[in-house]
Amino acid sequence: MSFDNDGGSATTALELALAWGFVGIPLLWGVYGTLVNAMKLFQ
Amino acid sequence: MGLLSILDRSHTIAKPGFSRWMVPPAALCIHLCIGQAYAFSVFNLPMTKLIGITKSAPDDWKLTDLGWIFSIAIFFLGFSAAVLGRWVEEGGPRRAMFAAALCFGGGFLVSAYGVSVHQLWIVYLGYGVLGGIGLGLGYISPVSTLIKWFPDRPGMATGMAIMGFGGAAMIAAPLSVWLMSLFSTPTHVGVAEAFVVMGLVYACFMLVGAGIVRLPAPGWKPEGFVPPSQPKKLVTANDVYVYQALKTPQFWLIWIVLCMNVTAGIGVLGQASAMSQEMFPGRVTAATAGGFVGLLSIFNMAGRFFWASTSDYIGRKNTYFIFFALGFVLYALVPYFGSAGNLALFVLCFGIILSMYGGGFATVPAYLRDMFGTRYVGAIHGLLITAWSVAGVLGPVLVNYIRQYQIDSGVPKAQAYNVTMYIMAGLLIVGFIANFLITAVDDRHHMDLDTVDDLVGVA
Repeated sequence: MSFDNDGGSATTALELALAWGFVGIPLLWGVYGTLVNAMKLFQ
Repeated sequence: MGLLSILDRSHTIAKPGFSRWMVPPAALCIHLCIGQAYAFSVFNLPMTKLIGITKSAPDDWKLTDLGWIFSIAIFFLGFSAAVLGRWVEEGGPRRAMFAAALCFGGGFLVSAYGVSVHQLWIVYLGYGVLGGIGLGLGYISPVSTLIKWFPDRPGMATGMAIMGFGGAAMIAAPLSVWLMSLFSTPTHVGVAEAFVVMGLVYACFMLVGAGIVRLPAPGWKPEGFVPPSQPKKLVTANDVYVYQALKTPQFWLIWIVLCMNVTAGIGVLGQASAMSQEMFPGRVTAATAGGFVGLLSIFNMAGRFFWASTSDYIGRKNTYFIFFALGFVLYALVPYFGSAGNLALFVLCFGIILSMYGGGFATVPAYLRDMFGTRYVGAIHGLLITAWSVAGVLGPVLVNYIRQYQIDSGVPKAQAYNVTMYIMAGLLIVGFIANFLITAVDDRHHMDLDTVDDLVGVA
């Protein structure tokens, strides 16, 4: 995907997957680590 | 100049075929970075040992002095959001995101230099002032863009972005600890190097967001979306100019609504660890209290998406009514669950309270859009952020001072928070009343069509 609007075309599924993966993977990693740590509260 | 022209608003307009679902990840690129501010405290203790390494030396920085870094950053978040809101709105999201990336990343680099030469004022200037401006610009920059792309679900759209701000600390805290351990040696604390890496990584991540973001073409509507023919009473189809909004009672009532909701939430968020240990002595240790705080972060993050999305169906006003009414009941119940020793219900109570704290942040941009239209919603949101700055001082001060007063008066530590909880419940009543008083903005505040066209043309 171009940063300019001139070379833009229809967004592909791959671009969507990459964009969501780019932000989703770190977020899920953070949530997982926090949940594992939080479970100590109930042990 | 040619290279920088890609930052212009006109170069950010999407071509046909661009998916609006690319815009939430662009917004998340920004909010997942700037939300790191909530985890900045992990650097505080290591920064008290920059000279002494294993323990603080007499010339090392004090924790009380280091606490100012975060406070300055939050002050400049509110200040820059309020002052630069119009610049953000008129220049488009990419220019603002680009500037936010340079400021936030640059703030880390300047702070790294301050740490390496052991000059605290440089860290204040770096992370506090420069980073704080990056926080403010980054916080408001994607909001109005998302609202324009999702006229059918504005709450859900802004909720997704602001959810990132709530979840960022869950990434930043372990990342910071890992980087410091990577760069530390027996004779050196790796704070400066960790700052450099984080500054560069965050700047790159934010620049990706600036690259992806697009504005919808004028007149664009989602496929199949038909604006309601019968406008809702509290949803305007008109626009209010940014500074005109300040002259409306609605702006100040929403200001009070946000301030009360945040004051109540932030007060307990900052004291959650100590509170859980003191209300459940022997059952909750310092280590498990960390887990409790982490769990609250998840509720805070999830609430931003859940409540903001829900507000698209039940309305903003009703959503805040739930926050204040349910919050009142839950705050009043906390002392009971504490005295009954019911840890699970205590955690659940605070989880729901924190979900509504996050939900308050995430729902307010859509509330502003309903009241003041989409044209200047980002700038008006920037002005409203001052409510957060006030609440950031009011909440912790209320909790800390009332707790201390209770303990000094001979109240056992386990019960020292009871009065605080009742006062927080009282604040929610004030918020409930302010929300109740909100009505549609008077027609005389609306921009006329010629003015709107002129401003759009200039922008």
